[in-house]
Amino acid sequence: MSETGPLMEIRDLARSFGGGRTIFGTKKPQLTAVRGVSLDLTKGETLGIVGESGCGKSTLARMLVGLDRPTRGAIRLDGEDLSASGTQALARRVQYVFQDPVSSLNPRQTIRAILEAPMRHLLGLGKDQRKARLETLIEDVNLRPEFLDRYPHEFSGGQAQRIGIARALAAEPDVVVLDEPVSALDVSVQAQVLNLLDRLKRDRGLTYVFISHDLAVVESVATRVAVMYFGEIVETAPARDLFRAPLHPYTDLLIRSAPVPNRKRQATSGDSGELPDPYDPPPGCPFAPRCPRAEADCREAMPPLEPRDRGGAHRAACFHPLAD
Amino acid sequence: MSGAATTSDTGAGTSGKERRERPSTFALILNNRLAAAGLAVLGLIVLAAVAAPILPLADPNATDPANRLAPLLSEGHLLGTDALGRDMLSRLVWGTRVSLVVGFSASLIAALFGSAIGLVAGYAGGRSDQILMRLIDLMMAFPYILLALAIVAILGPGLVNALYAIAIVNVPFFARNIRGITVGLARREFVDAARLSGKGPLTILWSDMLPNVLPTIVITLSTTVGWMILETAGLSFLGLGAQPPQADLGSMLGDGRKVMFTAPTISLVPGLMIFLIVMSINLLGDGIRDALDPRLRSGALARPSFRTKVAKGRRMPGEDVEGADLPADAGGGVHPPLPAGNSPARGEIDGSGTSAAADLPPCGGDARQGRGGLPGTNTSSQTATPVLAVRGLETEFHMGSEVYHASNGVDLTIRPGECLGLVGESGSGKSVTAMSLMGLVPSPPGVIAGGRVGFKGEDLADAPDKRIRALRGGAVSHVFQDPLATLHPLFSVGDQIVEAIRAHQPLFKRAAETKARELLDLVRIPNAAQRMKALPHELSGGLRQRVSIAMALANDPELIIADEPTTALDVTVQAEVLRLLDTLRRERDTAVLFITHDFGVVSEIADRVAVMYAGRIVETGATDEILTDPAHPYTRMLIDCVPVMGEPERRLDAVPGRPPAANRLPPGCAFADRCPRVEADCRKGEIGLEDERGSLAARCLHPLAPGEALAGGPIPDGAGSGRPSGREVSP
Repeated sequence: MSETGPLMEIRDLARSFGGGRTIFGTKKPQLTAVRGVSLDLTKGETLGIVGESGCGKSTLARMLVGLDRPTRGAIRLDGEDLSASGTQALARRVQYVFQDPVSSLNPRQTIRAILEAPMRHLLGLGKDQRKARLETLIEDVNLRPEFLDRYPHEFSGGQAQRIGIARALAAEPDVVVLDEPVSALDVSVQAQVLNLLDRLKRDRGLTYVFISHDLAVVESVATRVAVMYFGEIVETAPARDLFRAPLHPYTDLLIRSAPVPNRKRQATSGDSGELPDPYDPPPGCPFAPRCPRAEADCREAMPPLEPRDRGGAHRAACFHPLAD
Repeated sequence: MSGAATTSDTGAGTSGKERRERPSTFALILNNRLAAAGLAVLGLIVLAAVAAPILPLADPNATDPANRLAPLLSEGHLLGTDALGRDMLSRLVWGTRVSLVVGFSASLIAALFGSAIGLVAGYAGGRSDQILMRLIDLMMAFPYILLALAIVAILGPGLVNALYAIAIVNVPFFARNIRGITVGLARREFVDAARLSGKGPLTILWSDMLPNVLPTIVITLSTTVGWMILETAGLSFLGLGAQPPQADLGSMLGDGRKVMFTAPTISLVPGLMIFLIVMSINLLGDGIRDALDPRLRSGALARPSFRTKVAKGRRMPGEDVEGADLPADAGGGVHPPLPAGNSPARGEIDGSGTSAAADLPPCGGDARQGRGGLPGTNTSSQTATPVLAVRGLETEFHMGSEVYHASNGVDLTIRPGECLGLVGESGSGKSVTAMSLMGLVPSPPGVIAGGRVGFKGEDLADAPDKRIRALRGGAVSHVFQDPLATLHPLFSVGDQIVEAIRAHQPLFKRAAETKARELLDLVRIPNAAQRMKALPHELSGGLRQRVSIAMALANDPELIIADEPTTALDVTVQAEVLRLLDTLRRERDTAVLFITHDFGVVSEIADRVAVMYAGRIVETGATDEILTDPAHPYTRMLIDCVPVMGEPERRLDAVPGRPPAANRLPPGCAFADRCPRVEADCRKGEIGLEDERGSLAARCLHPLAPGEALAGGPIPDGAGSGRPSGREVSP
């Protein structure tokens, strides 16, 4: 499946906020949320992106669908650069599912109006075509067609998220970016949404970018995982390899920190959990201040993301990776 | 933007559905007595004004100098005549008509343009926002009456010009109000979703923003109309509005001024009418605002009382004096059920129990020894007197005629140094239960309808306010989910901890500061002395939660109630905070009630677990026993539906269906409709929390045997045995 070129190529994507000067000529502080991310997305895979708050994963997701414009870099779909062409061009091929299902649905529109909008504005479908598609779409996400004329507040979180997924699919995209799609849901309905996503992916040949802070969820859905820290990808590998034997100490810390039923944790590790100051990033590896394996060279230059003797697919940005 | 009227139709239609469960907006307005009175008065006035042409009134402009200045109630002139002999009643009705038309049209024009400017500025943001709003500011910099005068001076006097002037003067008011709302809405996710649906900015403004802003426009409108009518009258009074001989309330007032001393009624009558109109509109407007404003609607006006209301004659669990009951019940970490058949009787044993509970004897050791032989967990704390012994706690919410049973007979026991994990989905009543302990559930609508909250032998539901105040943050402290919301944003964290200390301990500021610094050191905040001065927003999420924990520890509490304290935190931070909390409670022998929905977190911190469903504890027992072999099917399903690290292949089965509504709880087991093991007897009568195997007690007639799988479900095997899975990943 990797013989054909990647479906989506992300090259050196970066996004800064602030910067520039005020009218009095003083410098405004600049914050770089994403600092040069390169990724390839193969058709049919589920790329899990994990990281903690402030690591830039949501900014990255928003750039992928055109809700935010990258400061630098390119997003290519089938070789065509779409990073500068705005939401409309990207939205036809890449869609987005929001974390909070209820707030992503307009409280004053019916489900029908919400689901019709992408068909009308992105696909330019006529009224009859829309009607037919709507019914199949709503049944695809396991909801009854009579729900179409209700308002969002009448739905539970799980149902609302399925409507959110239906909205994303209404435009018939190739790629769906799922930004923490189950974190706002009750545990008992998370599985419902995860299983639905799994089925839709197989039925419609979708490609997912699945963003989450919950490693257990990512482990259960992703085929490949990229770990982000402080705006950069520090490790990427096929999901099983990554969770079985991570290379980067940060990935290792993440995996060890995840609470698992019936696993007692060892005594305190003394990890501060502090990110570097984003307004004044230190040179070198941003994880070095927290890293038990950090050495002098880590604090001088950022290690490149490259294979570290576990095969070409398993790459890590670390000078002193963990042994197998 | 051709018609605010047409859009308001769709807006009303939209909210029509919303109102099905709640009282309708109109009913809410009518419920407000003042607003209803305003509506009645205004209705009468508007009716009279509308009907002016068909009413048997004299010509308002027909002069009759012979009959001038006739007094009230004179023949043919009910309200007398003015200085030119014109009929006052007729002039009043026609004048009211003019004033109302001018006032309402001016308001609508101002609303239309002001809202349009506000919407565009708020949605566009950036430079357009700056330019538009600075222009609006410029308009507001002039005294409004001066501005209106200037506009009329330019356009020339006349009613229509006065209308324009008043409309223009009021545009900024709408623009600023609407912009404020729009800015908030424009950052909402549904606007992003609209952009992703391919909508352009104008479409989004029209179809997504406007319907959401409309209630605010209506509120602003209803509160400004009265003001505008006053302004119209003011301009007319000055001779810049209605021109003679046309009648209008302001010009009538102006006419009357000249003969104020000879015939005071001539100015009094239009003055009174202005008063009535403006008063009724304002009363109605306030009513509309209260009914439409989401914040006020959700009860911000009803100032919550200091503590949750405790129902008089609340239902009490068990008749016996609970001094003997409390510790015994708690024996061995098992949650014994209330004596069988107790629950139905609960309603009958009110009143008498209330007084008995007031003088609870402290939970003595002798009573405990009476049941010392119970099977128990292995914690040493088992022998200690429980810090918290909640029995049969019932917290209800009374909304309209509905009663929501959020917490429906909950028993909890926590001993010193012990951590009880309270697990459940949202809506299961776990937070309400925890908030009820210290009376933190807002009242109205919350009411503690039954049970007792035994804190070291004292029933907190009966304790006086003063005692509760001393306990809150003192012997019982809270850690909440979102420290950014619970810490005061404008005071440094040091000051806030100092305040917490000094609220309970007679320490000088200096000493309290030292103690605060020690506390920050204790929760391992690096560089504590410096962080004392930090404002909450300057700290990371993990540090903020540590500050909350430091504050909770400030007065050496005996019980910490932690409500999802790590849910908002990152995993690495969560791990540290959990470790910290665990170490601290062991070192200080503090009891912890830890609320969470995450079994992973529970297994790390809790000694015992209580699983809540639909307001009741459905299963309780030692943590590892519950996690490996729960007896209640709900617990099993709740554990199985969550993906677990290291078991990516396991099939996840969602719990089908939804929990029952808290105002319509079924008889029997509330989980019956979702349970694969349900049988006919599950739906009949009360099911007690019975002892099962080991430390487990479950509220289930058909509990699971150890290792038994749910019918149709996956074999819940910790090792993730290789069952064919629906989510197998192809290599």
